[in-house]
Amino acid sequence: MNRRETLKTLGAISAGAVLGGCTSHPDTPAAASPAGPIIDPTGRQDFEVARDKAMAGQQYFDAHEKATITVLADIIIPKDDHSGSASDAGVPDFIEFIVKDEPQHQLPMRGGLRWLDMECLDRYEKDFVSCTPQQQGAVVSDIAYPAQAKAGMQAGVTFFNKMRDLTAIGFFTSKIGIADLGYKGNTPGKWEGVPPDILKKYGLQD
Amino acid sequence: MQLIKNATVYDVVIIGSGAGGGMAGYVLANAGIKVLMLEAGPFFDPAKDSQQLKWSYQSPRRGGNATRPMGDFDAAFGGWQIDGEPYTQKDGSDFQWFRSRMLGGRTNHWARISLRMGPRDFKCRAAYGVGDDWPISYEEISPYYDKVDRLIGVYGSMEGLPNDPDGIFLPPPPPRLGEHFVRKAITAQGIKVIAGRGSVLTAPLPGNTDRQPCFYCGQCNRSCKIYGDFSSSSCLVIPAIKTGNLTVTSNANVREILTGDDGLASGVSYINKNDGQEYQVRAKTVILAASTCESARILLNSKSTRHPNGLANSSNAVGKYLHDSTQGGAGVAVLPQLFDRPRFNEDGVGSLHLYSPWWLDGKKLPFSRGYHLEIFGGMWMPGYGGYFGFEGAVVPYLNGFIPGRDGKMKQGGGFGASLKDDYRRFYGSIAGLGCHGASTAREDNYCEIDPNVVDKYGIPVLRFRYKWSSDDIAQAKHMQETAQAVVKAMGGIPLVQPQGPETNYGLDKPGKGIHEVGTVRMGDDPKKAPLNKWGQANDCKNLFVTDGSVFTQQSEKNPTWTILALSMRTAEYLIDQRLKHNI
Repeated sequence: MNRRETLKTLGAISAGAVLGGCTSHPDTPAAASPAGPIIDPTGRQDFEVARDKAMAGQQYFDAHEKATITVLADIIIPKDDHSGSASDAGVPDFIEFIVKDEPQHQLPMRGGLRWLDMECLDRYEKDFVSCTPQQQGAVVSDIAYPAQAKAGMQAGVTFFNKMRDLTAIGFFTSKIGIADLGYKGNTPGKWEGVPPDILKKYGLQD
Repeated sequence: MQLIKNATVYDVVIIGSGAGGGMAGYVLANAGIKVLMLEAGPFFDPAKDSQQLKWSYQSPRRGGNATRPMGDFDAAFGGWQIDGEPYTQKDGSDFQWFRSRMLGGRTNHWARISLRMGPRDFKCRAAYGVGDDWPISYEEISPYYDKVDRLIGVYGSMEGLPNDPDGIFLPPPPPRLGEHFVRKAITAQGIKVIAGRGSVLTAPLPGNTDRQPCFYCGQCNRSCKIYGDFSSSSCLVIPAIKTGNLTVTSNANVREILTGDDGLASGVSYINKNDGQEYQVRAKTVILAASTCESARILLNSKSTRHPNGLANSSNAVGKYLHDSTQGGAGVAVLPQLFDRPRFNEDGVGSLHLYSPWWLDGKKLPFSRGYHLEIFGGMWMPGYGGYFGFEGAVVPYLNGFIPGRDGKMKQGGGFGASLKDDYRRFYGSIAGLGCHGASTAREDNYCEIDPNVVDKYGIPVLRFRYKWSSDDIAQAKHMQETAQAVVKAMGGIPLVQPQGPETNYGLDKPGKGIHEVGTVRMGDDPKKAPLNKWGQANDCKNLFVTDGSVFTQQSEKNPTWTILALSMRTAEYLIDQRLKHNI
């Protein structure tokens, strides 16, 4: 197993379970979202360019689902002293794209969003986005800690694991997220090794 | 549909443009020989077509792998499956076949690990008591390794190891921070760690003005716009075109090699993917370098009255002795001592910074052949998928097991500012090692023509039969023990748990190493091997093979440098034979 596959396997921990129910859902178009990334055909195969163009014209999530994703994403990655929030970094649009690019996410996401609304209806007689921040936090807390979650919450835990992974990927691969992590590369330079003071700090000098 | 016959008779037609085809074309074109090169995929020039220096957010899938198995920026056109071009399995085998259909083939995305095989590797039966000896020795190929080093460039360190010969090296790149920790832990096991050996220009290549030295983006797998690393496209085929002696026909998918009543090769038949028509070209000599398995497929599909068992197959060995590297160990870990580590640009090169050559050669062990350790670690561009994945994937699964900065434990998973900070904290803390070993060629590991299945061009496809031997599995067990010991020694949190005999101790599927070789082997005895020691077909003297299929027996060294050296040697032999009017 190479490193990439190892990481993929680990990523799949959260993608194991597929939620039942909620199979019939109208594909109603959501509110107009900003145009996706410009597709540069240089060095791309014809089928890749055609596939990207086709996906750019499709919408998977309806407006309510997209709004729920936006609220959830900002709960997972809020604005802080370092950087903006998930929605500042365009995470909802990334999730809209990636579920079309990797359709295995579609049913778990759609069903999970519906599960969340039903849980909120049961508790507060409102859907998730209509709940107060305190109510939203209480429901999320019940599904965000896999080892502590109650047995009846497992479907929500599975959904939240996926939602959290997609949010983190969308955020930390964005311009804002890469700057937040402090990645310094992808720029021509000269590699002369780890700076001596850092080697010394870790006791690694030869 | 039309059959279009080209009246030109080329001196040489080469099938394939990867390391083997590219080197043969380069040598022949520079000797003034008129060459036509047929490539099954499109033309690809890294200077124009590379995805180098793009940011993750310039991909709508952020580098994900929906259409490219190694990530959206990876150079390979193709992958483990190609639409309309299937392959099948036999006896419960699960061989994985990676194909790159493009100018330069798999050399556009490979890891540039450029190792010479050693003296004992060429004499496997004599040295290790298994497999077969090559018909050549290290001494015979050594001058060609030297010429490849000078022509293409390779970095490394002079070590004087008996079975890991030094080359003519450019300076090696220093290790990244995480790699220092891995080196320390491996050294503590009594295993020698040395600089990697890679075909990346860490200094200007003397006498070459077409290629620029590396600027250290670490993205060799995207192919290099300044030709700072070795791809057959950039370093061999495009320069050969500039001689005026080599022409490339791209999108030419070869059906078979044509032979005359005399049994000699007379040309090649192919499908032009641009217009869908059938073409035939004529040649005085054919060089086959379509990749290990594809070359066997073409030979087996080239049947005629003179060659009823497929071309160059009176030995019945074509397709047999297929063998790929073993891959296992999976020593990937998070290093807590690297949490909140300092940030700096440590992209380095896109090849190996450090590795450990096989350190127990000649020792008594429960398996025959060795393996080497490839070391990794670093702060790569955060991306989704691709070789350089994002350690963020593990953060919400590990943050409940590791004390925070305040020394306190918290519940694993979570959300909000605390989770956001965990991602930041873990970044750049993954490091580890991979184990890559030699498998012994066996007659009963093979590819053959599936009599029932054709691809979308009507060409019969390959069917694979491949089982790891008990020897390979015993080696994988040793790999896993080594990797676990190293992870433990560096205080890492292992991200892969040890596996038992039911999963072959983590041994990867055959083919996953992408080092498959051996299907059109060289040998001393024409009754047993399709090729003589020059890569020339015993049954058809104007047919040569120059890709990985010619290997009699692999070693734990990655095969590309040996493919290049052998191809150069075969091309020079062909020039000599033409001068002597033997061909």
